Amino acid sequence: MLQRQDLLGLIDVSKEEITEILDLAHEFKTRIKAGEKKMGYLTGKTATILFYENSTRTRTSFEQAAKYLGMTTINIEAGTSSVAKGETLVDTGKTLDAQKNDFIIMRHPMGGAPYLLAKTVQASVLNAGDGINEHPTQALLDMLTMRETFGSLQGLKVAILGDIKHSRVAKSNLFGLKTMGAEVRMFAPETLIPKGMDQLGATICSSREEALKDVDVVMGLRIQLERQKAGNFPSLGEYAANYGVNEEHLALAKPNAIVLHPGPVNRGVELTSAVIDHERSRIEDQVLSGVAVRMAALCLLDEARK
Amino acid sequence: MIIRNGQVVLKDSVVKKDIRIENGKIATIADYIAPDGSEELDVQGKHIFPGLIDMHVHLREPGFEKKEDIESGSKAAVKGGFTQVCCMPNTNPVTDNKVVVTYIKARAKEVNLCKVHPIGAITKGLQGEEMAGIAGMKKAGAVAISDDGVAVKNARLMRLAMEYAKGFNIICLCHCEDKDLVDGGSVHEGLSATIAGLKGIPRAAEDVIIAREISLAETLDTPVHICHVSTYSGVRMIRDAKRAGIKVTAETCPHYYMATDEIIRTYDTNTKVNPPIREEIDKQAILEGLKDGTIDCIVTDHAPHHADDKNVEYNLAAFGISGIETSFGFAITYLYKAGVLTLPEIAEKMSYNPAKILGLEGGEIKEGGVADLTIADLEERWVVDPQKFVSKGKNSPFSGYELQGVVDYTIVDGEIKYKA
Repeated sequence: MLQRQDLLGLIDVSKEEITEILDLAHEFKTRIKAGEKKMGYLTGKTATILFYENSTRTRTSFEQAAKYLGMTTINIEAGTSSVAKGETLVDTGKTLDAQKNDFIIMRHPMGGAPYLLAKTVQASVLNAGDGINEHPTQALLDMLTMRETFGSLQGLKVAILGDIKHSRVAKSNLFGLKTMGAEVRMFAPETLIPKGMDQLGATICSSREEALKDVDVVMGLRIQLERQKAGNFPSLGEYAANYGVNEEHLALAKPNAIVLHPGPVNRGVELTSAVIDHERSRIEDQVLSGVAVRMAALCLLDEARK
Repeated sequence: MIIRNGQVVLKDSVVKKDIRIENGKIATIADYIAPDGSEELDVQGKHIFPGLIDMHVHLREPGFEKKEDIESGSKAAVKGGFTQVCCMPNTNPVTDNKVVVTYIKARAKEVNLCKVHPIGAITKGLQGEEMAGIAGMKKAGAVAISDDGVAVKNARLMRLAMEYAKGFNIICLCHCEDKDLVDGGSVHEGLSATIAGLKGIPRAAEDVIIAREISLAETLDTPVHICHVSTYSGVRMIRDAKRAGIKVTAETCPHYYMATDEIIRTYDTNTKVNPPIREEIDKQAILEGLKDGTIDCIVTDHAPHHADDKNVEYNLAAFGISGIETSFGFAITYLYKAGVLTLPEIAEKMSYNPAKILGLEGGEIKEGGVADLTIADLEERWVVDPQKFVSKGKNSPFSGYELQGVVDYTIVDGEIKYKA
């Protein structure tokens, strides 16, 4: 049983809770693969998917997850709603609560926004990414793919390369993976590593070789062009040459290492096409893991609410 | 009036004395004063401080009366033990001309609680482009100039303003913040910011402007005052500058000497303040700076806000802490009881030095001096409850903190303006 009614981040989620989510997600994933798409565990429940940032991947994944569970979903794109007219998050939350939503799945450009929403509403809040803070279901789906590949997360060596500073994915993975007993290495230009990551348990590497040597998982993070424009590094070309991962670099990892990326990928920047399309790439598998993990999270939060 | 049996906090000692007030002045300080038929106040067991002076507050009037006004701010000030406050010019319209200065003085006179001294803007509209009417504001009663809330971005304009102000014997109070380095940050850049996923403000954002203002003060041989110092590195630069004979003075706030940035991790927007609450190393340096005299003054930077400005996402929340009603309790609890400062030293930081820097009356208890007094019980405990503030701004992150030190009387010009 989860010890919470909201899933806001992995910062305080226990090993037992993560295991429970991954166990159920694995079961759902197996059933979906077998062709089962109607599992009405949450029939009659409603979820509002409230996105203050554009997203296709995560939004549709949550929607798919909710629908496989038999839920009714409503999509709100904040740009076209009363939010655009200046309504505060607290007021939006109160409105959604008055409609008796069971879940609010929110993506928001500002760190901590889901905490404010959760404090305001009765509904269970799922954080679908808040600013540079956390993206818990992304890390859970990454962990599901890792666990399915290697059997366990304990002792796994995971290298995360890319824009760590602005990545909620890196942080949620760090929290989750450390809780599960894995080792996390990070490698990026100094300008893209936030303060204190080492104190949170990450090993900050000073070379690609150090980062990739004998790892089980190579995770690339998207390098956005806007980060270059903001002056974090001189050009995408220079980034790729010094921090990107090609097949040669991948060879530093363990022979059975897998490649992950939360998407969307910039081919030839953080990872070359050869790495993205490599037989050891699990980037497509991550997508189905995403649906399964979100189904598990919805079911288990619903159970915890009762 | 005769105030009997108080522990009087003098410049270098605390002694039990009677104080006789006549015509708003301290007429006599003696071991015993014979009754003269006037009102008597026995304050046995209580301490008498020179009236506290907060040289950095935001009273929000004119323009932002939803957050605070001169009346509510003055009530809060006297409750907090303050007999004089200096209010920053980020009002609407901006206090950048003698008309607004005159208005604030007139409103404060009507309210008739504490003395309110306006601080004029350095630049028109706080825009950092043209110098405000400094001489006119000074003549109307402004006691200093500041673009508090922003630094004057153009170093040449800042130099000229400091140079020009020198001719009118008016000091610049410098808000030190390089906006490019702040880059949209809302908390101190460090482990807590990373944990919370909030964008950080590096120490350098404050330090580079502190360095610039010190350099200007040295170049121009004119005094400069550094507002709300929050970094250990800032303290070090100010200490070094003072040793070099540069005329720099500095202030800090309670939240920089008693709190660390871990408190932001709950996303309580009341912890959002500019400059941000920093780390233990900074807190320790601030305490050391208070102790060794590097930091001259304790101010509140009282920044009242309406709940609407705080009940939003952390990034969107207004910067500022409502602090005028807790400052004395923090000083007694975290400085005096903790053995950091003596009572005369607290009186120096919260009364004497602000008076000296700005040329205000008061600042010490002496015969012939103005009868501005703060009488307090230093043993009584109380728990901070922002909802009970008389300030309109309930935005304090220190709800539930147990403090010692309760203000019993605030006396301004010989008149009791607040009684607990």
